Amino acid sequence: MSSSSKVKTGNTKTKAAPSDSALVTLDGVSKAYGEAWMSDEVLKDISIEFPAGELTVIVGPSGCGKSTLVNIMAGFETPDTGSVSVDGKPIQGPAKDRMVVFQETALIPWQTTLENVTFGPKMRGEKKGASLKKEAEDLLIKVGLGEFMNKYPIQLSGGMQRRAELARALINEPNVMIMDEPFRGLDAMSRSLMQEFFLQLFDENRKTNIFVTSEIDEAIFLADNLVILSNKPTRVQKVIKIDLPRPRNYKMLTSAKAFEYKREAMELLHDEAMKSFAVAK
Amino acid sequence: MDSTTVKASETSTTSAPQGFDMVMYRIKKHFTRVDPYLTIIGIFLWLFAYWVLCEGLKIWRFDKLPGPVAISKDWFSTTPFQGISIFTQEYYDHIVVSCRRILIAFGLATSLGVPLGLFMGWSRSIRDFVFPIIELLRPIPILAWVPLSILLLPGFEGPVIFLATLASFFVTTLNAMLGVDSIDEEYFRAAGCLGSSRWDVFVNVVVPGALPFIFTGLQISIGVAWFSLVAAEMVSGDLGLGYLIVDAYMNNVTVPMVIAMITLGFIGYFSSACVRAVGNKLMEWHVKELNQQGR
Repeated sequence: MSSSSKVKTGNTKTKAAPSDSALVTLDGVSKAYGEAWMSDEVLKDISIEFPAGELTVIVGPSGCGKSTLVNIMAGFETPDTGSVSVDGKPIQGPAKDRMVVFQETALIPWQTTLENVTFGPKMRGEKKGASLKKEAEDLLIKVGLGEFMNKYPIQLSGGMQRRAELARALINEPNVMIMDEPFRGLDAMSRSLMQEFFLQLFDENRKTNIFVTSEIDEAIFLADNLVILSNKPTRVQKVIKIDLPRPRNYKMLTSAKAFEYKREAMELLHDEAMKSFAVAK
Repeated sequence: MDSTTVKASETSTTSAPQGFDMVMYRIKKHFTRVDPYLTIIGIFLWLFAYWVLCEGLKIWRFDKLPGPVAISKDWFSTTPFQGISIFTQEYYDHIVVSCRRILIAFGLATSLGVPLGLFMGWSRSIRDFVFPIIELLRPIPILAWVPLSILLLPGFEGPVIFLATLASFFVTTLNAMLGVDSIDEEYFRAAGCLGSSRWDVFVNVVVPGALPFIFTGLQISIGVAWFSLVAAEMVSGDLGLGYLIVDAYMNNVTVPMVIAMITLGFIGYFSSACVRAVGNKLMEWHVKELNQQGR
């Protein structure tokens, strides 16, 4: 697929998106770092549509600029060309309607789990006092951290930290969740548990989810739409619609259909990974 | 090897001891470790070596120095041979004067240095405005400031406090600034994403995140404050432990000189411990983090 053509990931699913989730559009986004005469082109003319209420997974070879893409969608960085818009409105910097769950945990270490979760609403002055505390406590109980509310992040295990971070994002009722390799660094067991838990949450709230990963199995297990990126300078290689039923379970990954998706994705990614491997040599 | 481990059965069945029992439990546990014995043996070995050099063998040049026996005889005597002991008012006058100066100097340096350092770490333009000047002044040895401070400030008190403040201020400022630099960018992003204003970020991310560095800096800075205070008292002073040292030396009484030195050591130790204790109180999360790493 040509890199400059507009890629539509939307499908004809009958399930209506809830009103509080939004359509995110990347239109011709490019980004380069460094001076003009020795610039490092990271993103090249990326156009993707993330349909409202669907889970779109972005997968690409490591070092391909996925995090740059996340930073641009979150509003931490501005693209050189192109734009990011939510429901047609161009974004202006970070905002609470687009919550980011970071690669390594970004829970604030000097706040307890509960303080971390209440931080957002408190900062914006939207909610406060007992009702906010109650809401945060309920959310923490829901993610299985009821007994760890008053612990500091360092006292939690890796999986607990990710769940606390999900709670910290969810309490702000975002329209869009941007997950930047959120389960990276977890052991295989906690990782698959977190994936199932994450899907449960997604099935409940149906926010627009943008999930970045470098694991193909994870990508296919989670995704409605799979966006496959190329090596640097990063373009969109292909968008695959993953047509597996929800709710999902791990057995589906061994189905013929899932294998077919995996084969297709791996072929595309393998070629790209080889290129970057050769460049590195 | 590690005898501090408590048997699993004990922890699961017995409840935590309360009040005085807890204190006794801690002391007992402390002495089941090897380190306190090493400390005690270490102290005695060093004292013994000191005694051998000065009083036992009276090795050449060391025979001019007062040994541990001569010092402790005078230090704890109601009628000290060389004028200074724990029973003389003069001894406490010197201590009080020095401590008061340190409190003022350290307080001034901290209340100016911490905010300035934090703002320098937080705002690029404040840093560009101030940092070059600080870096230019910082390497000037504190004793080089003595004449200028005497010209600038009247009396004994002013110059001495000024010098101690100055030395301490540079350390505190630099550490507070580096403390902000040390904070992971992710926390700023997380706070921004959650809708914090710039000031909220300062209060909730910059200040607490820089605290570990600030307190490391304060421990160094209180040491530096003592160092430069004594130097200043030796050059221009009327009272204080630094003055006592140089005064005793001039009058050829060596025992008060060493008593003042050891006293400085103890007070310095104590003041650093106080700073550390306040830091640990403010940074529960950091203490837990260090414990987790087994430190």
